[in-house]
Amino acid sequence: MRDREGESLFVRNVRFFDPAEGVSGFGNVLIRDGRVESLGNVSPSGTVREIDGNGGLLFPGFVDLHAHFREPGFEYKETIASGSHAAVAGGFTAVCVMANTDPVNDTADVTRAILERARDVGRARVFPIGAVTRGLGGEHLTEMGRLSEAGCIAFSDDGKPVATSRMLRRALEYSRLFARPVIDHCEDPELSNRGVMNEGSVSSELGLSGIPNASEEVCVARDLSVLEASGGRLHVAHLSTAGAVRMVREAKRRNLPVTAETCPHYFSLTDEAVRCHGTHAKMNPPLRREEDRLAVIEGLKDGTIDVIATDHAPHASHEKEQEFDRAPFGIIGLETAFSVSLELVREGHLTLAELVYRLSARPAAIFGLPVGRLVPGGLADLVLVDLSGEWKAGSRGYFSKSRNSPYTGSVMKGKILRTIVGGRLVYDSEGEGCG
Amino acid sequence: MIPDMSPPTAPSPRILLDAPRIDRILRRMAHEILEKNQGPKDLYLVGVLEGGDLLARRLRDLIVSFEGVEPPVGAVDVTLYRDDLSGRGGPVPFLRQSHLPIPVDGRKILLVDDVLFTGRTVRAAMDFLIDFGRPSRIMLAVLVDRGHRELPIRADFVGKNLPTARDEKVEVDLTPGTEAVYLTRSEPSGVSHDQ
Amino acid sequence: MINKILATGAPPFGPHLLSVSGLSPEVLTGILDTAESFLEVGHQTVKKVPVLRGKTLVNLFYESSTRTRSSFEIAAKRLSADVINVSPTQSSVTKGESLLDTVRTIEALGADGLVIRHPSSGAPAFVADRLRCHVINGGDGCHQHPTQALLDLFTIRKRMGRIEGLKVAIVGDILHSRVARSNIMTLARMGAHVRLVAPPTLIPPGIRTWPVEVYHRLDEGIRGCDVVMALRLQLERAAGGYIPSVSEYARLYGINADVLDRLAPGALVLHPGPVNRGVEISGEEGFADRSAILSQVEFGVSVRMAVLYLLMGGGSEEAFPDKGGKE
Repeated sequence: MRDREGESLFVRNVRFFDPAEGVSGFGNVLIRDGRVESLGNVSPSGTVREIDGNGGLLFPGFVDLHAHFREPGFEYKETIASGSHAAVAGGFTAVCVMANTDPVNDTADVTRAILERARDVGRARVFPIGAVTRGLGGEHLTEMGRLSEAGCIAFSDDGKPVATSRMLRRALEYSRLFARPVIDHCEDPELSNRGVMNEGSVSSELGLSGIPNASEEVCVARDLSVLEASGGRLHVAHLSTAGAVRMVREAKRRNLPVTAETCPHYFSLTDEAVRCHGTHAKMNPPLRREEDRLAVIEGLKDGTIDVIATDHAPHASHEKEQEFDRAPFGIIGLETAFSVSLELVREGHLTLAELVYRLSARPAAIFGLPVGRLVPGGLADLVLVDLSGEWKAGSRGYFSKSRNSPYTGSVMKGKILRTIVGGRLVYDSEGEGCG
Repeated sequence: MIPDMSPPTAPSPRILLDAPRIDRILRRMAHEILEKNQGPKDLYLVGVLEGGDLLARRLRDLIVSFEGVEPPVGAVDVTLYRDDLSGRGGPVPFLRQSHLPIPVDGRKILLVDDVLFTGRTVRAAMDFLIDFGRPSRIMLAVLVDRGHRELPIRADFVGKNLPTARDEKVEVDLTPGTEAVYLTRSEPSGVSHDQ
Repeated sequence: MINKILATGAPPFGPHLLSVSGLSPEVLTGILDTAESFLEVGHQTVKKVPVLRGKTLVNLFYESSTRTRSSFEIAAKRLSADVINVSPTQSSVTKGESLLDTVRTIEALGADGLVIRHPSSGAPAFVADRLRCHVINGGDGCHQHPTQALLDLFTIRKRMGRIEGLKVAIVGDILHSRVARSNIMTLARMGAHVRLVAPPTLIPPGIRTWPVEVYHRLDEGIRGCDVVMALRLQLERAAGGYIPSVSEYARLYGINADVLDRLAPGALVLHPGPVNRGVEISGEEGFADRSAILSQVEFGVSVRMAVLYLLMGGGSEEAFPDKGGKE
């Protein structure tokens, strides 16, 4: 994509809004050479392609710090092409993709292959996350220097936690060299012990083995203690429990270099959803109890949780159409994340400004990405939204190759109308159906 | 479908037989039963649940008052032997407990039911009894014969022949004090009634 | 007559039996009464009724179980149904055919009913959502075992004359027991007072909302109870760290003649079988007529006949009105 900068576009009649930059107003946006040239009462100069925003809201494009595009290795679940298409359909113009592909993204060759493919596809910007340990094996650090040079913007063994405290310490220390964060999937496998959903009254009633909150919290506690000793930057993936939120809040109060994300399902659903959504409500960490859901919302409100990420985890239907305990963990999320998150605004938990910030400028800043801003001179990665527009999730299928979502069939508010990356129109809700 | 020839009327039930009439009919039937069987020896009354149960006990009481001998009385739920269960679709009823106090082998069984209609219930009841043992004879007593037989079955003792239209409904209430036989015209439903 | 009964109210039961959770006291009583009628069939000259003639029941057992499978088989045969037993071995499962493919094959072969036992909780419900035949849960993982709970209910009613007001203690590995989960629901719904007796490691988490009292000591838990239901202990639980050893479990939670003295007079001992002698129960010969374990087996056939009749006795056309476009 960066090779192709040079696109120009004139977006007429929008309300542009970037809370991080204090930008808010009505008018037009002129994009030249892939960057925003001017905002407001501007007119097109020369022969520029024009689109009419019809008074819709124009935000900086959303930035997802946590997605699985499955390529290379699991192209039957998702590809960089289908994942990018899903991303822009959900308003995400930049996506950080996890390393648990096959081969694992633990060498610069894999990183370069991912970037090259993303460039060919030309929809969302794709930022690869390198593995912390070779083959995600938990034993040998990857060559973080080469991976950084090739384009990795962070490191994670996501899918599982960094295996040992010692390895986490080395990773945090070594990554300081490149000023890249280490992302940890916080879980104590011993406590999870083959659990398949949240441990509690619902799991007991359904006879499914449970993953206790302590499983996440033990690991968050470990990570924070190690972080304090080692330095570096820790980003905690998909917070889901009240205890984990509390610990991160306390760590931030002590100015530890920690950031955190959660996902739309952790603040919109509880473990009750397993009853009706089956394996489409199976993910790791699992959907928790109501008090955890409320604590996650509280964490977003007070900034303990910095960003909303999707943990977009596609799986083929033959994998999800199985006995609950045999089906893999994970749901897709890119296409529903904004609408689900908008509920927080409609219910009064967050302001629209806070929501947009946690979906764009804040995630971009955490990983040091040059995106997520709607300002003159900034990259023209933008999303045009109709906040009151209703749509039914999955009713026209998904752009993702997979359809493992508990939200399918839900009527949602907040419609992504158009998505622009580097001045190019990469998604138009009018223009295409999905397959 | 039988075309509905009469003008539409409100489905208010019409009383066909009232309590004194039913009482006289039952007395006559009890006498006929005793006469034909030359007394109550080996007689075994079996009511078809649930309409025939009360009727069988009424007949038993009359026989006791005439002869001073009490014939055994049983009751059978013939649902399991019906031929129209799987045809109807949807749920089947819970079963009531059949009760046969002594073996049926060698006994003269008098099947008792309130209304004889298609004959399918009686067929089911006979199959039930034969699976249960080997009676020496099976007879049939009904309070009302409304016609429309679908099987070659005829009652040995009939209280009253009441010609009816197929889409009408005959209901028998033998609750002491409110005994009556009613005729109602049911809304056409396409389902064949079997009473 | 039957029309009159059918006309009243919504479908009481069916089209599947996946869990006892939705069954009202009226439906439970109706099932038990129906089972009572089927007890009679066992006394007929011809021990068979024609009600499921021409219908096919498939027993699909992913876990071995002689007693449940043969109980369903006898029940189906007494109702004149054809029975086919399918027992996929664990190896053929791991070899690749998915559960969904297996049951779709069975359905395509013309099954009217499917009894499924499966180690994964929720597997019968998963299957039922995707098939057009009646699905009966023959035990799934740690979730439910509806027919066992119904036969236990039947046995208690038959032997004690009532269920309401009885004190029933369920002793053993509640955490992993589908029998316990189903029984807690049915017993509580019928008005019994249910106690759970188990070490803290074998009590499910988060059961504060369940209608039970939890005890950890056997002598306290069963004091004054009218019924004691001992659960089978999977002997590998010791290896899983839930209990230190089987012999310590037997010492703390085993039911023996001495323990029986703490029960109410005339109390019953139940066990879903097969019993680990010397672990859950020892010295049963000294229980006199208090053991109901064989009655449970006998009544199990009648109860399963009732379930099969009630689910499969009607036609199948209207039983699945909402099926169609499901994937």
